[in-house]
Amino acid sequence: MSVETAPSEKEQEHWLRLALNNRSFLTGLVITALIAAMALISFVWTPYDVTDLVVANRMKTMSSEHLFGTDHFGRDIFSMIMVGARNSIAVAIVAVGVGMGIGVPLGCWAAARGGFIDETLMRFNDLIFAFPALLSAVMITAIFGPGAINAIIAIGIFNVPVFARVARAGALALWPREYVLAARAAGKGKALITLEHILPNIASMLLVQGTIQFALGILAEAGLSYLGLGAQPPMPSWGRMLFDAQTRMMVAPHLAIFPGLAIVITVLGLNLLGDGLRDVLDPRLRRER
Amino acid sequence: MSLLEIENLELAIGDTPILRDIDLTLETGEVMGLVGESGSGKSMTALTVMRLLPHAARASGRVIFDGIDILAAPEDAMNSLRGDDIGMVFQEPMTALNPVKTIGEQVAEGIRWHTGANRADAEARARAILDRVGLPEKQFPLTRYPHELSGGQRQRVVIAIACALKPKLLIADEPTTALDVVLQAQILELLRDLVREDRMGLLLISHDLAVVTDMADRVTIMRHGEVMEAGETARTLSEQKHPYTRQLAAASVHVPERRVQAETEAEPLLQVTDVVKDYSIRRASLFGPPRHFRAVDGVSFSLAKGQSKALVGRSGCGKSTLARMILALDRPTEGSILFDGTELTGKTETELKPSRRNMQVVFQDPYGSFNPRHKVERLVAEPLHLIDPQPTSAERRERVAQALVDVGMSPADMDKYPHEFSGGQRQRLSIARAVITRPRLIVADEPVSALDVSIRAQILDLFADLNQRLGVAYLFITHDLTVARAITDHVLVMHEGRIVEEGETDQVFDHPQSNAARALVDAAPDLERAISRRLANA
Repeated sequence: MSVETAPSEKEQEHWLRLALNNRSFLTGLVITALIAAMALISFVWTPYDVTDLVVANRMKTMSSEHLFGTDHFGRDIFSMIMVGARNSIAVAIVAVGVGMGIGVPLGCWAAARGGFIDETLMRFNDLIFAFPALLSAVMITAIFGPGAINAIIAIGIFNVPVFARVARAGALALWPREYVLAARAAGKGKALITLEHILPNIASMLLVQGTIQFALGILAEAGLSYLGLGAQPPMPSWGRMLFDAQTRMMVAPHLAIFPGLAIVITVLGLNLLGDGLRDVLDPRLRRER
Repeated sequence: MSLLEIENLELAIGDTPILRDIDLTLETGEVMGLVGESGSGKSMTALTVMRLLPHAARASGRVIFDGIDILAAPEDAMNSLRGDDIGMVFQEPMTALNPVKTIGEQVAEGIRWHTGANRADAEARARAILDRVGLPEKQFPLTRYPHELSGGQRQRVVIAIACALKPKLLIADEPTTALDVVLQAQILELLRDLVREDRMGLLLISHDLAVVTDMADRVTIMRHGEVMEAGETARTLSEQKHPYTRQLAAASVHVPERRVQAETEAEPLLQVTDVVKDYSIRRASLFGPPRHFRAVDGVSFSLAKGQSKALVGRSGCGKSTLARMILALDRPTEGSILFDGTELTGKTETELKPSRRNMQVVFQDPYGSFNPRHKVERLVAEPLHLIDPQPTSAERRERVAQALVDVGMSPADMDKYPHEFSGGQRQRLSIARAVITRPRLIVADEPVSALDVSIRAQILDLFADLNQRLGVAYLFITHDLTVARAITDHVLVMHEGRIVEEGETDQVFDHPQSNAARALVDAAPDLERAISRRLANA
């Protein structure tokens, strides 16, 4: 007896409702939205100006005046975390964008052409993969100088092979499908088929990978800033805040706790979002549950 | 007392009734055929006996197996029944085996679990049963993995697992549907022998009346979750008292009405000359010589305008590869393919465009041949890409509407998604896509083998009708001789990459000359022959 393999009408219509019933998707979405909102609000309003140095107020603990306390220059930590979110998110978004923008076309191209081009591209990919990403990012910023832009480029480059691989694997599975063969029999070129048939069908995979890379991007940015290779002062960033806090950890633990929590929660939120998205978008996983 | 007694079985999944008032009895050593089309509830009936139903399913009624009330039995009791007293053979040998375990482990697993035998004893028994199903240890050691076996061999392993403990009841759910006719005949033979030796009861589920007639002592015909008719196979199918039985039998031997083909014209539409296709396979060692597998080996034939030709052969004989080369989806290693006087090999996509307009393709799987994210209009209009100048969007809609009407569907279907259609309707859609450019050749790769018999009859009629009305030539690729006989005038028999026999369809099938053709003809299930054989034996 043949089993209906295509998604039924019901399933397609209600994917949104399914998504809202998925606990990890919902939690992830809420956390991510809160962080994003925080970053956006920081453009127009923060409780205190983050460049305001009031040394008299230095290293205050949590109070109603300073929600998360103040740092060693007397800056408001809550405000710094808000502005730092902006920086982290911007770096991660652009880095994922760079990775997707270069990696997905490369992967699709490799899958469509096959043979020598595929082999060459993927071995080059392996080469990039072979370098420890963060170390190489340190190298790049060491050569080109520290700063947010260079951090973006460094993190972005190491996103390229990830997306290239995911796109290629997804596309390879689709090329022998009969509807792709039918499109080829209809005389459509490989580029057009990739655009019309391949990309829409691997989009969900790429989206899920995107959220995971996004989380990794935030971690990498924090790592680079911690080493002083990311955003430069006075622009606050989570990694830099941790670095500044570490020598004073015994005296004022809140200096380290809040930026650390910010990183953990953001990454957790994004990972939950990615997991949830995968469950919702991948009909095979959905059926198995 | 019967081995299996099903009385008044009702089954619902959620609020949807699946089975209504099913009655069925099976004696020890008896073969019962359970026949019906997709969605008739035959697999669900089998799963109820195993109590392997989906979570939301609720069953009521009486199912008594060997004195045990299945519906009331605790899960532990069912676990000791499954695989011990009731064995099951599934349709798809690819997915019925665990790819990361050796065949020995998989066969021994059930033996150890049920008998508590130690590893050595279990393996000895596994070895014996694998030998019995035709996988002797010398050629097929227990350490083989499923991917190292062919489809037919895998199905033998599945049967070995099911029969390892000499069950009282064997349930086989479409055990040969995924195999070609020659393998089908071998597997059925094996099942028949095993059942006779061990006096098992066999519940054989199939959509193929001929297979069931060949195998079963009694038959139960189901439709929409209800039993339509039940009785002794030969009598039920020869008398055909119930209208649905008659309909099913008529559909499985259906031959569309066709005018006899006009004599072939001088200039052929398609001329294939000495085509060879090699696939490179992994080298034996890094510095070893490159190795090749020759999928198509020096094939030549021609096809006249408006002619309908069948290409038959076992799975893996190279017929689909040949089709892909004719469609210029694959490049031949050697040889030439002339379509309407134009050479197809070695051309770029742009140069191929005029030829592509005149040849289209229909695939087997009505589910896989459409991008699930596009609407019918866009899907059916896809080949219009080949038309110069590009039609306006009004013209496109008009042509799509015309193509839909051509295949017996309504223009209003244009705005639906493929998943809103049944398998037969989807196959009509893929035919609509193929005829929208008014091609002169359609290559159809097993276009009806995934369809139920009654749908199959309708689609064959449609093919015949389009052939008459539009004068389109067909190359029909199939392993089903009934289909080839129904729709084509000429036939090519392919075996291991070569054309071994060629001629008029009836002539070749009635008097096959080559061994390959004879093997196909002998193995092909044939309803009328099977019934007369049964009646003669009775």
